[in-house]
Amino acid sequence: MSDRITALLTHRRATLLVVAVLLCLPPFYLDAFWLRIGLFSMAAAIGAVGLALLSGTAGQLSLGHAFFLAVGAYGYTWLAGDPGPGLPTALAVPLAVLMAGLAGGLFSPVAGRVKGIYLGIATLALVFLGHHVLLTAESVTGGFNGRSVPPLSLGGFTFDSDGGLNVLGVPFGAEERLWFLGLALFALTWFTARGLLRSRPGRALAALRDSETAAAVMGVDVARHRSAAFVVSSMYAGLAGVLLALAFRRVVPDYFGLVLSVDYLAMIVIGGLGSVAGATAGAVFVTALPLLMTRYADQLPLVAAPGSADGAVGPTEAARYLYGAAIVLVLLYAPDGLHGLARRARDRLRRRRTPTTAPDTAVPSPPPPAAAARPKEHTP
Amino acid sequence: MTDLLDSLLGGLALGAVYALVALGFVVIFKASGVLNFAHGSLLLFGGYLVAVLHDDLGFAGALALAVVVTAALAGALDRFLLQRGGHDAHSAHVQTIVTIGIDIVLLTELARRIGGDLLTLGDPWGDAVTELGPVTVADSRLAAIAVSAVVITGVFALFRFTSWGLSLRAAAEDMEAAALMGVRLGRVRAGAWCLAGALAALAAVFLAAFPAPGLERTTGQIALNAFPAAILGGLASPTGALAGSLVIGLTEALVVGYQSELHVLGEGFGDVAPYAVMLLVLLVRPNGLFGAKGAARV
Repeated sequence: MSDRITALLTHRRATLLVVAVLLCLPPFYLDAFWLRIGLFSMAAAIGAVGLALLSGTAGQLSLGHAFFLAVGAYGYTWLAGDPGPGLPTALAVPLAVLMAGLAGGLFSPVAGRVKGIYLGIATLALVFLGHHVLLTAESVTGGFNGRSVPPLSLGGFTFDSDGGLNVLGVPFGAEERLWFLGLALFALTWFTARGLLRSRPGRALAALRDSETAAAVMGVDVARHRSAAFVVSSMYAGLAGVLLALAFRRVVPDYFGLVLSVDYLAMIVIGGLGSVAGATAGAVFVTALPLLMTRYADQLPLVAAPGSADGAVGPTEAARYLYGAAIVLVLLYAPDGLHGLARRARDRLRRRRTPTTAPDTAVPSPPPPAAAARPKEHTP
Repeated sequence: MTDLLDSLLGGLALGAVYALVALGFVVIFKASGVLNFAHGSLLLFGGYLVAVLHDDLGFAGALALAVVVTAALAGALDRFLLQRGGHDAHSAHVQTIVTIGIDIVLLTELARRIGGDLLTLGDPWGDAVTELGPVTVADSRLAAIAVSAVVITGVFALFRFTSWGLSLRAAAEDMEAAALMGVRLGRVRAGAWCLAGALAALAAVFLAAFPAPGLERTTGQIALNAFPAAILGGLASPTGALAGSLVIGLTEALVVGYQSELHVLGEGFGDVAPYAVMLLVLLVRPNGLFGAKGAARV
């Protein structure tokens, strides 16, 4: 039995290693367009994982994610830039993340007490008020036109296109360098979030989602856990904001609007609520879809090239139709999202491959969270 | 003094229009537990229909048709999409997110059709004004107040005196018990959605009328301001929605009216003032002004 477990563990570790190596390859083979898609997807995935912790695990609906992304992005730009304290950029990143966490903490009197749908609307307020502040506080945010983002430099290595760096014969510009930064930050997010979900507070949050009263009776401090989930989720959003700012090289207020918040909600819904892998898949889907459709607009049926005649279905619109419809279809027909679909497919494959498994090897898959969260069936 | 009266009257008119939208939120929430994020695009849909049809049918005909079609659309969305999810509390949460998906699709389509245009609705008030003592008011605002008052009274009467209203209140109280008593939840719900759709289409006309420049792709977003209004009052209370709408409308108008004195807050603070007010209220009363704290049983 024990050697089987070690075999399983090494198998796991080997898979992880293969995935890590595969993820390191793209900068050597793909051009900047694809790398940028990857970068935006990684940033989105970090933010989406944060939102998945809040919405999927704690059961809180948040439409304020764009605000915390903005705090991270602008926080970094201001802390590292001029006007601003002009701190070393390597220091500005963690400070910007802390700032986002602090913003989430300041909101905790509301986030801890208001629940579910009410919180969704309350966080809507953050997006609008935040956007207003970004436009108004020109000395810090640069107003409507935004600010350019200073490139990150870590111990003498700068993440920009200067210096003519060549690795294995491939010229390394900003995208190639940022790719590895993005990977590192994403790996950090992936492992911390998964650990958090399996930890004591993670389980307390899941209990809270399933039944607030029952969780409170079991000794879960409802308000404290709710605000903590909110703070952690806004810190992930802040980190995503920093990475986005570095990838865009310019931050503008209009990017951080309600649409962005809704995008993030779409990511975690399409991916499957409450799962880190699902949030990642959803983030890649929602981020890459419009970019890919813009690139291949001329080859797609029914889609006009961007900037063509008024009233034609452009790639951006087509992408929005697709993922709006995806939200509706996923929620109505596959409530556990891409993650659930993948798991069901995997289970079916496994069952087919080993039709008669010994009872000790058959690990019962946990019931899908959606089923556990459903307190009663529709009776009438 | 005239400035103050001006702002108050403007706020009253704005509040009256918000009340139409907020009442829609409340009716839907009471009947289905769903917060309808697609309300803004339903409103835009109604306004767009009026804008397209008024040349052929005249304003009244276009408005009537738009109200009916928007109501039908809202009812159909609920009947054929949302109700597949069931009627319990958890699925209400899920259906709320479904409405966001519906909103994305609907809004993208309408924004594509409207483009950068400003559509006129051909309303009979035009830019006419009336002198009321020292203040000058746009006729469209007076019409907004009058029509909203009549319609809202009608809706309240509907709640109070019809069997549908009784079913709705019973369903809001306890869905399961209501269903056991023979209330057809599906029909009550679809009816509530129809009513909300009709109210939204009506509100679109006043949101696009003078002094607003006309119907734009962002008109639906203005309707989002009715969210704070509904939340302020407590989502399940029609009276609360009414009070919340007036508070929000007056706040917005006063902030815009006294912008020069409030310039510390930045230009255009009027647009976000409703949200600031809502946050303040939620800090003190997390369930809204008229919302009751729900008792929970395990």
